[in-house]
Amino acid sequence: MQTLSNTMTVADDIRQFVTDNFLFGKSADLVDGESLLDRGVIDSTGVLELIQFIEDHYGIKVEDEEAIPQNLDSVTCLTNYVRTKLAAIA
Amino acid sequence: MCGISGVLKLDGSQADPHQLIDMLAMLRHRGPDASGVHVAGPAGLAHARLSIIDLQGGAQPMSTVDGCLWITFNGEIFNYVELREELLSKGHRFATRSDTEVILNAYREFGEECVTHFNGQWALAIWDTTQQKLFLSRDRLGVRPLFYTRTRDSLLFASEIKAVLTCPGVTAELDLRGLDQIFTFWCTLPPRTVFKDICQLPPGSSMVVEDGHIRVWKYWSIDYAPAEEDGCLQEGKLAEELLCLLSDATRIRLRSDVPVGAYLSGGIDSTVTTALVKKLAGDRLRSFSVSFDDAEFDESSYQQEASSFIGTQHTDVNCSYEDIAHVFPQVIWHTEQPILRTAPAPMFLLSNLVRKSGFKVVLTGEGADEMLGGYDIFKEVKIRRFWGRNLGSSWRPLLLKRLYPYMENMQRQSPAYLKSFFHVTPEDLENPFFSHLPRWELTAKAKVFFSDAVRSEILPDEAFAEIERALPKAYSAWTPFNQAEYLECAHLLPGYILSSQGDRMAMAHSVEGRYPFLDYRVVEFAAKLPPTLKMKVLDQKHLLKRASDGLIPVSIRKRPKQPYRAPDGKSFFISEGPEYAADLLSSRALQQNGIFDSGAVAALVNKFKAGRANGVKDNMALVGILSTQIVVDHFINQSRGPNKYANTLEHNDCR
Repeated sequence: MQTLSNTMTVADDIRQFVTDNFLFGKSADLVDGESLLDRGVIDSTGVLELIQFIEDHYGIKVEDEEAIPQNLDSVTCLTNYVRTKLAAIA
Repeated sequence: MCGISGVLKLDGSQADPHQLIDMLAMLRHRGPDASGVHVAGPAGLAHARLSIIDLQGGAQPMSTVDGCLWITFNGEIFNYVELREELLSKGHRFATRSDTEVILNAYREFGEECVTHFNGQWALAIWDTTQQKLFLSRDRLGVRPLFYTRTRDSLLFASEIKAVLTCPGVTAELDLRGLDQIFTFWCTLPPRTVFKDICQLPPGSSMVVEDGHIRVWKYWSIDYAPAEEDGCLQEGKLAEELLCLLSDATRIRLRSDVPVGAYLSGGIDSTVTTALVKKLAGDRLRSFSVSFDDAEFDESSYQQEASSFIGTQHTDVNCSYEDIAHVFPQVIWHTEQPILRTAPAPMFLLSNLVRKSGFKVVLTGEGADEMLGGYDIFKEVKIRRFWGRNLGSSWRPLLLKRLYPYMENMQRQSPAYLKSFFHVTPEDLENPFFSHLPRWELTAKAKVFFSDAVRSEILPDEAFAEIERALPKAYSAWTPFNQAEYLECAHLLPGYILSSQGDRMAMAHSVEGRYPFLDYRVVEFAAKLPPTLKMKVLDQKHLLKRASDGLIPVSIRKRPKQPYRAPDGKSFFISEGPEYAADLLSSRALQQNGIFDSGAVAALVNKFKAGRANGVKDNMALVGILSTQIVVDHFINQSRGPNKYANTLEHNDCR
């Protein structure tokens, strides 16, 4: 579990997770700012896998009302969301 | 029920009986009781027989009394008794009591349109020696398979592709557009198959080969134009009519000179057909089912309840994760196409049980979901349209969660995500495939595993363009509910349910399935019903439930729809998993075949090994990749070798 990360590490971790888990290693298909939904990267199970990863990896709790595209729909959104949550518990 | 094959030499040379014998050797499982070959000049017909009607007199290929017409036929014409009477009254002569001879005389009487007089399930070929014309036909809904190809000098046809592949001049090569279609729709769009230049005769079609020319036409298609009167006012009368039709459909499907059994899954459909068989055939009915180790898939308590209520002697075969992995290569040998779910594997075990119990014929409930509003996809489309009419509603999307109570991952989704996954944007609502977009797009995600070489051969959206071109003219005028029904009936039903999961799994063990819900009279009646009677608000198969009141247990009539599913990818990763799977999913095998990206597949396999692959998408991808590799291994590389799957063959060879 990680309690404090700089932006690069968080972004790297998330990028790595998305690449391994949803793109099966094809990292060239991933652009940080692009919508995971629009690109068809993520499906209904994928959202839950993502939430589970964030909760397990960073030790934070994703509330139901936070499980929305504004927080989770791109590497950039995810990075910002995780950093905000980590800052709140730091 | 049988296997058929044949050849027509287009250069007029003599057909080779040895070639027909080679083809028949691949179809022995379809007809182990007898076989026959007939050659007449350029035409040769062959037949592997599973004897069911007129055990003594029904040998094939068969000719008319004067020897002018010859036939090889797989299937049953259930109304042959009535047709025989009609033909006798018109002066035709018969030498046997078989339905096969009825087809010959019907052809003589009615010509190519004879098939419109048939109520049954068939794939047949008639050689007209006088006109030197070959006539082929396949039943309305595609219960029985028929494949053909044209080489430099021959037209070849058979019940299964593997028979065609034995012929000189035929090479097995993967059709990448066919593969792309399977990785979108779960099936290819006829006449395409997953093998290049090997065609399937589309359901409801006939074909003539004459003077070197091939002519294919559709003699029947489903029409959903609803009847004018307000059906809702006569629900009771229509329920009665439905039951009456189903009873008669069942009655003529009991015509057999060998005992008939019944599949009993624990759902409404097979419970209705089993109950009708019991009423019509009386005592000592045997019923059969699959039970699962894993409670998530198991329906055995409902099966037991239905059996006790109806009064059948019930037998089941248990299916574990290991069983699925164990028989999978054989399953693919029979499906002859990649599949995305393992659901055919338990059906393979089930037909083995039926055959071992001494039965060749079973009645089953297939077709009710397609014809009478049973599938969740019909309910889903109704909810999505309802939500689409008021996209800002916060509670309408919650109905989607209630639709899939057994899918945990659905329950935690926010409306924004549901809106995206279920395609309810204004543009989606206008799409002709609105009903099927979520399923097809989810399936198509497995294409991420295609190698760059394969991807470069397939144009994006080509599969969608092809299915759109195949739509009937009337499609746009039908209700959205009927459009969804049509897509299921025209494609998934013949291309997967009745083939990979139906004919191929039953015939693997020489068992014939018969389907009362697919009697064309039931189908045409159902097509004219108002959609609101098939699904009243969100009550699936509403009219069938009403029609079966008292016939089946209340608990089965009222239970929520449980789609038939089997354990998927996990089956191949229990303890070490089967050796063949590790081999076919290795980088070496993947690179050798060149269809999938070995790095991406390795990442998927790792996800399974880590126990993190729980979603439908990953499971479809894994099963699709493995089954494609097996198809290539069996039919293209032919590297199976005598011992490679010896273990699985020995374990399940029931004969």
